[in-house]
Amino acid sequence: MKSTILNTASSYLLPILLLFSIFILLRGHYHPGGGFVGGLIASIAFVLHSFTHGTDDTLKLLRIHPGVLIPVGLGLAVLSMFAPVLIGDPVMTGLWFDEPFPVIGLIGSALFFDIGVYIVVVGVVLTILFTISQYSE
Amino acid sequence: MLFAVLAGFIVSILYIPFGRFLKGKLAGLAALLPISLFAYFVSFIPAVSDGQRVTFHQPWVPSLGINFDFHLDGLSLLFSLLITGIGSLVFLYAAPYLRGHRYLDRFYAYLSLFMAAMLGVVLADNVLLLFIFWELTSISSFFLIGFNNDNAASRKSSLIALGVTGGGGFLLMAGLVLMGHLSGSYSIQAMVETNEYLKNHVLYGLILLLVFAGAFTKSAQFPFHFWLPGAMKAPTPISAYLHSATMVKAGVYLLARLYPVLGGTDYWTYPLIIIGGITMLYSAFHSIFRTDLKGILAYSTISALGILVFLIGIGTPQSLLAASVFILVHALYKASLFLITGVIDHETGTRDITQLAGLRKVLFPLAIAGLLAALSSAGLPFTFGFIGKDLVYEATLHTDGVMPIILTALAVVTNIFLLYAGLLAGLKPFTGQLPDRYQRIHLPSLLMWAPPLLLALLGIAFGAFPAIADASLLNPAASAMINKPIDTPLKIWHGFNLVLLLSGLTLALGAFLYLMRKPSASGLDWIERFNNLSPKHVISQLTHYVRHFAIRYTRTLHNGLLRVYLLRIVVFATLLLAFRLFAGGNIYLLPGYLTPLSVYEIAVVCILIAAIYLTVTSSSRLTVVVATSVIGYGMCLLFVFYSAPDLAMTQFTIDTLTVVLFVLVLFRLPPFLNFANRGARIRDWVVAATFGAIITLIGIQVLNQSFDDAVSKFYGDNAYILAKGKNVVNVILVDFRGMDTLFEIVVLSIAAIGVFSLLKLKLKASEKE
Repeated sequence: MKSTILNTASSYLLPILLLFSIFILLRGHYHPGGGFVGGLIASIAFVLHSFTHGTDDTLKLLRIHPGVLIPVGLGLAVLSMFAPVLIGDPVMTGLWFDEPFPVIGLIGSALFFDIGVYIVVVGVVLTILFTISQYSE
Repeated sequence: MLFAVLAGFIVSILYIPFGRFLKGKLAGLAALLPISLFAYFVSFIPAVSDGQRVTFHQPWVPSLGINFDFHLDGLSLLFSLLITGIGSLVFLYAAPYLRGHRYLDRFYAYLSLFMAAMLGVVLADNVLLLFIFWELTSISSFFLIGFNNDNAASRKSSLIALGVTGGGGFLLMAGLVLMGHLSGSYSIQAMVETNEYLKNHVLYGLILLLVFAGAFTKSAQFPFHFWLPGAMKAPTPISAYLHSATMVKAGVYLLARLYPVLGGTDYWTYPLIIIGGITMLYSAFHSIFRTDLKGILAYSTISALGILVFLIGIGTPQSLLAASVFILVHALYKASLFLITGVIDHETGTRDITQLAGLRKVLFPLAIAGLLAALSSAGLPFTFGFIGKDLVYEATLHTDGVMPIILTALAVVTNIFLLYAGLLAGLKPFTGQLPDRYQRIHLPSLLMWAPPLLLALLGIAFGAFPAIADASLLNPAASAMINKPIDTPLKIWHGFNLVLLLSGLTLALGAFLYLMRKPSASGLDWIERFNNLSPKHVISQLTHYVRHFAIRYTRTLHNGLLRVYLLRIVVFATLLLAFRLFAGGNIYLLPGYLTPLSVYEIAVVCILIAAIYLTVTSSSRLTVVVATSVIGYGMCLLFVFYSAPDLAMTQFTIDTLTVVLFVLVLFRLPPFLNFANRGARIRDWVVAATFGAIITLIGIQVLNQSFDDAVSKFYGDNAYILAKGKNVVNVILVDFRGMDTLFEIVVLSIAAIGVFSLLKLKLKASEKE
């Protein structure tokens, strides 16, 4: 797309939107947000970048194919589900650190599950959109 | 014990990254896994023979009653030792057998997976856990049978095997769930306690039917036996492992394991005796017409499985002891014969019994192994087979009424055929004149001839000194089946009695048959003529018809026109909803309770209506896309007004991405044309209006129902206490209903993989043009 304003803006918007998506992801347990929405926002950030710079540039920026993110995210989600088994609790028991961490807050297995969801969503959306857009070109 | 079961799974996963380093000379190292597991299980022998039971408990999904419950008693131990012991030999044997094979690492990964699944089956105490492992054996044996995946016949037989065993597994699951539901516990040991209740329940017959279906398909009982000869397409080490000690014995194991829960009634005894009897006779008879060594072994295996089912059906302490002895006897000689066949095939390139002769001159140690295994299978005195056969006759003779005569006659005839088959496989290739073309054959590596020899020697050792195995292994196994201790020492010599006479008769007639009858292709032709009547033929015809029906069905209902699909779905949903609505009692036309409208809501609704009008009437695709996205954003605003911020955020981002997706796809579409004629348009209007009206009516009905807030109140109250989250929506997603979320992201991933592979496939095809 030939628009100087959008072109310039998207370069700055990409990191800002990514930060925002992580913010949304982390606050999800206490305020509106979560892994799913966070992942969608992160995908939008990359999609916006690909609109102005072309899909190939965005893929170069990503360095890895977004499809790789899918097994990574699924693996993280499954691991966080099975982690309680290691200390003898049933699957999907919520495990939490006692003390909140600075900035992030309480960290528990549910957070890692949410991060897994986030990664899967980014991987899925970008795989679908980039595959189709490359096909369209 | 959990680790012992899971070790095979872990190893098979490790083969993915590290397997390629183990393809060369180090391939034999794979055997370390079964050998160490074998040692581990051997260490339990003293405890188990004292009558102790080793149990292990680890909660998995306690809310559904699925736990990692393992239970090691005599029966489990016997099977575990067979699985790991013969497994060790097969692992060792396969290294030279498949040396240089492209997929040797894959082979060991599948084999480890399969072994672990088998161990899980025989050790699990929880029936649902048992079922999971049961299915894993079906799936991993599918990989093993279809290991030569460039061979169409091999692929087909693995599919048949998976179809038959998987279908049976499906029924078995229903049976196990029913059992667990009725007895109130999924633990087999707990079910043993409440077995009287199960046996007197109305559904007892159904449970038996379902369990039998699972066991019969897995253990290749008539009329489901046909997958087993087909499975001989696998490399011989796999056949040896699957058909001597593991896969096909799983069904027998299941029957033996559930005997104390379900067994002992007429409904249990007669079907097993009849099916087992038919199977053992039918396939023993078939085995003598085969000319392919593996074919002979396949049919005699089915026959042996029939004998086992038959013995468990009789269900006296003697017959159960006979069954546990025969399991061991058969595993030893059959594995040995399979491995010998593998060497013969490997060295001469043929398994045709009419071609092979005189191999003792070049493969001497194997000739000894073959002879010993054949003798054990023939049941000559001082072999383990002799004791096994005696016990079988002993068991059939000690039944009630007229049964002894019929059952013993059945057993004798079967054993005569089996004896002939055993001699054919173990003796025939090694006797006679060595043809010139085989003069230059030399003995393969130690790892290939030592395992069959060892197994055959064990058969003799147990036969000559039965005390080694009886008190330590076989009596505990039988006592686990009848759930009370038995102590019947195995004897080599019973004195001159009827059993000995029958044994002698079997030997004499079998030997006579062997001397008189020469295997020939004409015999095979003769038996092939009855093929049209065989269950295999009937079922393949059936699949043929099912496939034709499926093609017709697909062509009618899935014709590829999206508008037709959409129309059908909407019409169907409308009919269903309308039926439910009008059959459900009073219909309210006005909501009972209304909040006053605000200016914002009116504005949003007006925007929505305008956007909808534009969507339906516009002839530009881009306009339609923009208009639908306006509808989506309008919905977001409504969500915001009604305080559902999470929903609004998600809807907003999804809508954005949908627009992007649409725009990307729009480029590829042909110019917009309106095909619909007047009639079609009117039809679409009617359908759309009816659907909208129904949905509206349902919405109003929902508002009139009294709202039960128990669920939402639970989530609201407990979100912070149980899951430390203040955002209830998110807590539900990642904690309370986390399993659902997991499945949703799995579905998403499948969708992405689908899009990716479809479009990439297309790219390559267009590149070729």
